[in-house]
Amino acid sequence: MDLFEYQARDLLASHGVPVLPGGVAETPEQAEAIAREIGTQVVVKAQVKTGGRGKAGGVKLAADADEARARAQDILGLDIKGHVTHKVMVAQASDIAEEYYFSYLLDRGNRTFLAMASREGGMEIEQLAVERPEALARIPVDASKGVDEAKAAEIVDAAGFPAEVRDQVIAIAVQLWDVFSKEDATLVEVNPLAKAPDGTVLALDAKVTLDENAAFRQAGHAALEDTAAADPLEAAAKEKDLNYVKLDGEVGIIGNGAGLVMSTLDVVAYAGEEFGGVKPANFLDIGGGASAEVMANGLHIILGDPAVKSVFVNVFGGITACDAVANGIVSALGILGDEATKPLVVRLDGNNVEEGRRILAEANHPLVTVVDTMDGAARRAAELAA
Amino acid sequence: MSIFLNENSKVIVQGMTGSEGRKHTQRMLASGTAIVGGVNPKKAGESVDFDGASVPVFGSVSEAIKETGADVSVIFVPPAGAKGAVIEAVDAQIGLAVVITEGIPVHDSTSFWAHAQGSATRIIGPNCPGLISPGRSNAGIIPANITKQGAIGLVSKSGTLTYQMMYELRDIGFSTAIGIGGDPVIGTTHIDALQAFQDDPETEAIVMIGEIGGDAEERAAEFIKANVTKPVVGYVAGFTAPEGKTMGHAGAIVSGSAGTAQAKKEALEAAGVRVGKTPSETARLMREIVGS
Repeated sequence: MDLFEYQARDLLASHGVPVLPGGVAETPEQAEAIAREIGTQVVVKAQVKTGGRGKAGGVKLAADADEARARAQDILGLDIKGHVTHKVMVAQASDIAEEYYFSYLLDRGNRTFLAMASREGGMEIEQLAVERPEALARIPVDASKGVDEAKAAEIVDAAGFPAEVRDQVIAIAVQLWDVFSKEDATLVEVNPLAKAPDGTVLALDAKVTLDENAAFRQAGHAALEDTAAADPLEAAAKEKDLNYVKLDGEVGIIGNGAGLVMSTLDVVAYAGEEFGGVKPANFLDIGGGASAEVMANGLHIILGDPAVKSVFVNVFGGITACDAVANGIVSALGILGDEATKPLVVRLDGNNVEEGRRILAEANHPLVTVVDTMDGAARRAAELAA
Repeated sequence: MSIFLNENSKVIVQGMTGSEGRKHTQRMLASGTAIVGGVNPKKAGESVDFDGASVPVFGSVSEAIKETGADVSVIFVPPAGAKGAVIEAVDAQIGLAVVITEGIPVHDSTSFWAHAQGSATRIIGPNCPGLISPGRSNAGIIPANITKQGAIGLVSKSGTLTYQMMYELRDIGFSTAIGIGGDPVIGTTHIDALQAFQDDPETEAIVMIGEIGGDAEERAAEFIKANVTKPVVGYVAGFTAPEGKTMGHAGAIVSGSAGTAQAKKEALEAAGVRVGKTPSETARLMREIVGS
């Protein structure tokens, strides 16, 4: 889960990382009140989970509270790369003497954590990494050891931070590790980490990604979720513990196992090329069990998507054999009753497949077509949605 | 021969007394696996009956190894206790730890992987279906009755795609099929399995199944080019996955231009791997190589 800047800032502050005073506002009036409390020049920043806010007009300076209200008025509602701005952060504006960069992240390839630091901050780090790789220190962090002061000093010295900020940056590096490890983050990035004219080092902007697998031990994280921005179908699916992602096509997809469902989307998209570019409408993995209830919940979500014109149920019967899956489909259609209005193409394969197909043939539901192969079924589903 | 798991493997189950552990221990026993014990400190000294087969429960992995000579542990312990369970298995010097558990925080998996470096333990998973050497042994949750012993080696990030491929090629059969898991950090990689299949005289050809996210397939492609002389057929899932969305598996996410299915397919093809457009086409490509 990616956090908004204001959430990341609050999280950093709660672990002692120095940040500037500020708050988050959903209305121009709230922005004005925060600016009045800060009492100095402020910066009003769009809270969207994408880069390039500045260029899109989502970051503005305001000399006083009245101007902060006006700028918030401009920015709220702004569409930045498809992300509509619902909140702004109002923070004390800081003069910046120097900009640095600091991050911790998961290095998947090397199965370790990585600290990245540079005394050249402010720009996009991907750009710095390409243009001036020598300016970016990359130090692996052993997951079982973490970052203490000595490790922090190693990172800071590798990046060649100036002597006058070295101790401050080391302290911040240890605090940021605290955020990274104690909050189960997979990314904590401060850019810029800035030196104010008085020599104080502060985190001016931060990106944090939290690991959703750690929810069981991070009770506070659920409140950070942006429920307003979630697609309503995705939100409804989540409530039913279904693994669903909304896409923009016409063929609803249900399958078991993440890999098989991803593959099903691809096969439908290939088949759809022949039918005017029909595409999959969603990703939905109902897991190994494929019980009637889960199948009914899944179909309910998919049939609730007005873009869906046909549904492709693609199940490999392993531990839950095909006869059980077929019974699940028949009962699910019974549960849904009149709600089931779109044609269903079912492909079953694996254990007890003959019995599974026999059950579906016997039920003889008017909406259901059984096709034996995955490629053939994808073609039929695409054709029905064309 | 087979890789990592054979008819002499003695398997213990950590988390055997839980509902998933119990269900799958039953299935593993039914497919002929030598299950020699379970581990649960609270139930040490008891035993669990599986259709007449009585399996003893030990208080620790090291005790189980001492009493039974176990060399493989299949771990079903829930996420909150999974890191401790893997570290216990590593410290007891088990040869192979198969971590089935889904939903382990990546800080925990990164940490137990770091702990296992330099140890005697190979880790498979987490969030994986385990591995099967058909007709010999089955460590995990792969259905045993969908294929038979044969000449193909299979390595995959996905469980159900593994089953699909095993089933499509069931008349030819498999030396070993191994699901390495869909998490961002996993123990055994495509490369480890490719190396083992290359060295296994029974394996004549290899199917490699990948999916979006990370660069494991690209690394595997480089490895194949340099080190694998046996024919390799590939499949990659997730061409239609949108950027920035996690597709079921925690590791299956396209970030910016990185981790796309297209890049993985191109890398594999550049290494001489024939990549199927669909699972069925991939199976056909394999059939052209080994016949039936």
